[in-house]
Amino acid sequence: MRVSPRHALSVWKRNFALYRRTWKMNLLPNFFEPILYLVSMGIGVGAYIQEMGGTSYIAFLAPGLVAVAAMNGASFEVTYNAYVRMNFEKTYESMLTTPIQPEDVLAGEILWAMTRSTIYGGCFLLVVAAMGLVPPLRALVAFPIVPLTGLLFAAIGIAFSLRIPSIDLFSFYFTLFLMPLFLFSDVFFPLQERLTGVWLQVAELLPLLHPVRLMRTAFAGELGPMVAWDLAYVALLSMLLLWAAARVTRRRLTQ
Amino acid sequence: MIVSCRNVSKVFDDRVVVDELDLDVPAGQCFGLLGPNGAGKTTTLKMIYGVTRPTSGTVHVFGEDVSRDPRSVRKRLGVTLQENALIEVLSSVDNLRVFGRYHLLSEAEIEARVDSLLDFLDLRSHATLPVQALSGGYKRRLSIALSLMNDPELLILDEPTTGLDPAVRLSLWSRVGELRARGKTVLLTTHYMDEAERLCDRLAILSEGRVLVDGAPKQLILSHLARDAVELDQDPSRHAALLGALHDVKSLRGGRRLIFYGDDGPALLDATRRAGADHEGLHLRPTNLEDVFLSLTGTGLEGGA
Ligand SMILES: Nc1ncnc2c1ncn2[C@@H]1O[C@H](COP(=O)(O)OP(=O)(O)O)[C@@H](O)[C@H]1O
Ligand SMILES: [Mg+2]
Repeated sequence: MRVSPRHALSVWKRNFALYRRTWKMNLLPNFFEPILYLVSMGIGVGAYIQEMGGTSYIAFLAPGLVAVAAMNGASFEVTYNAYVRMNFEKTYESMLTTPIQPEDVLAGEILWAMTRSTIYGGCFLLVVAAMGLVPPLRALVAFPIVPLTGLLFAAIGIAFSLRIPSIDLFSFYFTLFLMPLFLFSDVFFPLQERLTGVWLQVAELLPLLHPVRLMRTAFAGELGPMVAWDLAYVALLSMLLLWAAARVTRRRLTQ
Repeated sequence: MIVSCRNVSKVFDDRVVVDELDLDVPAGQCFGLLGPNGAGKTTTLKMIYGVTRPTSGTVHVFGEDVSRDPRSVRKRLGVTLQENALIEVLSSVDNLRVFGRYHLLSEAEIEARVDSLLDFLDLRSHATLPVQALSGGYKRRLSIALSLMNDPELLILDEPTTGLDPAVRLSLWSRVGELRARGKTVLLTTHYMDEAERLCDRLAILSEGRVLVDGAPKQLILSHLARDAVELDQDPSRHAALLGALHDVKSLRGGRRLIFYGDDGPALLDATRRAGADHEGLHLRPTNLEDVFLSLTGTGLEGGA
């Protein structure tokens, strides 16, 4: 069964209708989180650092934190929220009494997670641009990387959510997967400079590394051959995970 | 036929949940699936609207094979799930709008539909309040309204009145009556006998995934038992004597209850008295579907004898 874009959009609209009611409560904490990191690390720790990666420390942090905001914006939707909708609120069961098909549900949820990711990542990108940490034109070039990051982490998150038997396991996902990614994916220090030999290749497996590097490239305004590899990684891993997720979704929702 | 199931079975992990079921629902009728919890009612409905695939057999709805194009079939039907699945923080109106979008209705169609359903199911008084604050009866009416958003030809109701108070049940029954008057076909499940007798033109009694009997309620009662029933509440030690005295009369027993069936109620009542039954705890009533179910399975529909 193929995705029907209009039905997928109706799933998206369901989430949007709910979000419109609760956005103030949701938006504020998520919005301030990366700003707090930028200020504390960039200005606080940054005072002891001459330069990093050829710029001030706060300018080094900015692109990585935009990618992290995009990652976090997508992650919550496809983990706790999607899990509750599927297993407790019977949302998907009720959607499937209409012409909506499992593939539409999945597409709508992914699209919605990308939207949330774009809201948070986009807002933070604006803040960073307003602080003069990226020229406006380069911020514009960097912008599409935000939903792309959202797509990748929506795909990873939903693949995890579809397979776990209990909601408690999300604490593993956040603490033992997203948190290490956040700390070791080139956001706070240039990862490659600290690694040698085979570890350089192993590090390439880290999903967050690629959006961060893309973002850094856009901020710096210099295109390198790595961009093609980073884009290919994000696109291929997302597609692979979504293809698998579509099969599991159909099996879980139709039995 | 609006719904037609042929030889439909469903097996979950080696357990047969629906067993070679045949079912026909003609246009404009109200058809009831009766049976205790776990009989396979919900599973049968899910196969009919095409979210659960039969392990074997075929399901046709509106003459189409459901598994071939579930989208086009579901466009024309509405389903009220056994458990409400509402968006609790949104109002009734917003819940209805969201559902209208699932059916790809235009915003203008949605507003018109919402307006008429608020009246039809008596939802207007609390239409803009978050659903979480509202009563069980209100939420159930809203759930039914959701399933009517696309003005379906076939309405599927899974235990529409379980757990509701009598007043709400009565009002829902009259809504179902109005829908039928508009030519809709209704397929419902219930374990309330009175509900089935009142609403259904035809019904099938399900137990452990099998259809035990099907037909019109009246006809089922007459062909399996008789028009009247005399029910006794008597110590089980005295049952044998009574059964002996009335050995040619149809009877059923369960716990302290002993029931005799006959087409001439008053005569039957006399006969039981003459046989030595206590006058207390003895009463004459019309035979109902619960009796039929009891006679077929040895247990009551709501569980236990
Ligand atoms: N997805 C499922 N996986 C395994 N068993 C199931 C599933 N759905 C229903 N069952 C089992 O099938 C039986 C019939 O269930 P159901 O159709 O819900 O009955 P009813 O609606 O008559 O109460 C029950 O014993 C139930 O546990
Ligand atoms: Mg059920």
